Amino acid sequence: MKQSLAVDLGGLRLANPVLAASGCLGVGADVPASLVDVHRLGAVVTRSLTYAGSKGWPTPRAAETSSGVLSAVGTQNPGVQAFLAHDLPRLRKGGVPLIASVAGSSLNEYVNVAGALHLQEGIVGLEVYLSCPDDEREGEPFYGRIERLTEIVGAVARLSRVPVFAKLPAFVPGIVETAQACVRAGAFGLTLIDAVPALAVDAERLRTKTAMPVGGLSGPAIKPIALAAVYRVARAMPHVPVLGVGGVTTGEDAIEFLLAGAWAVQVGTAMLVDPSAHVEIARGIAEYLRAKGLTSPEDLRGRLRVRGQNGDGA
Amino acid sequence: MKRVRAEVLSARRLGAYHSITLVAPEVAERVRPGQFVSIAMPTGRTFLLRRHFSVHQASRRGGWAGTLEFVFDPRGPGTEWLSEVRAHRFLDVIGPLGKPFAYPAKLNACLLVSEGHGSAPLYFLAQELRERGKRVDMLVGAETQDRVFKPIETKRLAQSIVLATEDGTLGEQGSVLDLLPQVVESTGAQVVYAAARRSTLRGIAEFCGANRIPSQVALEEQMACGTGLCFVCTVPVIRKDGSGYDNLRVCTEGPVFNSARVLWELWMGDQPRLTPTPPEGFPVARSWPG
Repeated sequence: MKQSLAVDLGGLRLANPVLAASGCLGVGADVPASLVDVHRLGAVVTRSLTYAGSKGWPTPRAAETSSGVLSAVGTQNPGVQAFLAHDLPRLRKGGVPLIASVAGSSLNEYVNVAGALHLQEGIVGLEVYLSCPDDEREGEPFYGRIERLTEIVGAVARLSRVPVFAKLPAFVPGIVETAQACVRAGAFGLTLIDAVPALAVDAERLRTKTAMPVGGLSGPAIKPIALAAVYRVARAMPHVPVLGVGGVTTGEDAIEFLLAGAWAVQVGTAMLVDPSAHVEIARGIAEYLRAKGLTSPEDLRGRLRVRGQNGDGA
Repeated sequence: MKRVRAEVLSARRLGAYHSITLVAPEVAERVRPGQFVSIAMPTGRTFLLRRHFSVHQASRRGGWAGTLEFVFDPRGPGTEWLSEVRAHRFLDVIGPLGKPFAYPAKLNACLLVSEGHGSAPLYFLAQELRERGKRVDMLVGAETQDRVFKPIETKRLAQSIVLATEDGTLGEQGSVLDLLPQVVESTGAQVVYAAARRSTLRGIAEFCGANRIPSQVALEEQMACGTGLCFVCTVPVIRKDGSGYDNLRVCTEGPVFNSARVLWELWMGDQPRLTPTPPEGFPVARSWPG
């Protein structure tokens, strides 16, 4: 049978399982076409959008850490109306399915942003970004309390005509319970994981390396953490689409996520370092499938065996 | 902008700095002063992000056609790795990136002020300004003698040159900021270009603002991608109409900015971080004379 990289996320069909993660491809209108071959992506998750836009946090906004990047950008974005006017037409021209990342500081804002986006041509899904500070809870992130998180996800899911993915960090109280609550609230799938809260210290100057002390860690440093979250959630809910994200840099990384139970992967930090990372990752997946005599990335999903069980101890 | 695999033609020490010359015709033919290139780090190390360097020299003609040179101060794992790169190795290069310095259309006397290896892109600018028939004067400084970048080179490039070191080991004693008023006076500078530490650039911006001299500054801010994707390297810049400010990316909307439009006190963090726009708006900066 002929090999194909196409994947079906419960009805949402993508040409390949390699997606651009939110925030790693500019806003849209400004992606340098000579550098990033957007057509080769399975889908693009947009920069997180708020209703009126945001200036983001002061600089420095990033610090390089061991095998990772700590960033504290603060959802800088032009706002949903400017996105629809300037960026969406350009992104749509690329012909790649778009998943719009929805952010906000209140339930109302999430609903308004999602409402403005979900019926737009070219947008095939929404991803709910839950690490924003919640105005009603003194700036604590939305993911901090399971009731608050499901309230937001549920409200977006009820209004949206396209599938809604909830993007969760690994350190929510009980990742499996939280993921299940999101699905009960109406989420179609999950994006696992969001950047890991992290701090970088400049000991010489006795100060933090970023202007917002705690940022989000991404890159290869968080891959094993992301794999664990994907593995646990996918085992508990094998029929719910999971998008694996966290340190995917090579085809092999992507394979690991698929084996752990992801339906597709998102590439973030690797795109910032190598704008054609997604092309190499897709090629790596194809080569692996060929070597294993498989025809589809879906053949790998959740196929991870546990060492030491069923005579697999050697 | 292009992404190329470029061969290292030469790698050498230059005083306290390092210099690398690359064979990269696609980039060298397009690059203009103030623009930069981005270099990928080796895979399999713990430092991931690309490093970004202003272009010091680009040859379009002659025996060195198609080459470009950048200069850096080896500090931290990325630049230390790069300082050990030898000739004939290939590097993953993206460039040219960012917006270049604008040349003045009518004004003639240009003063170029730089500190440390900030001089590297300004020597490139000096050359281009000379080719356009402009008068170029230079004020070049550093903490100490061996950190003054190529002091002899300046004589070829500029009508007049003032060197300054903070410890007095070369040229005048003091910072370029201390010497700026007298150099502007003696050279009759009509336009100022600068690449230096933040605090110095801010001083230059204040001086030029007070004396109504148009000035362009090359800013540095912590970068991640260098290509406009990540929004890490932003600087608050006042809108043209004064109606507010935007956090603009140094890598894409910069690194060269009109110094009168940079909100220095906000960028440098000596003001409450979330400044509202004053009801009367921000002062409208004169646009660049060109």
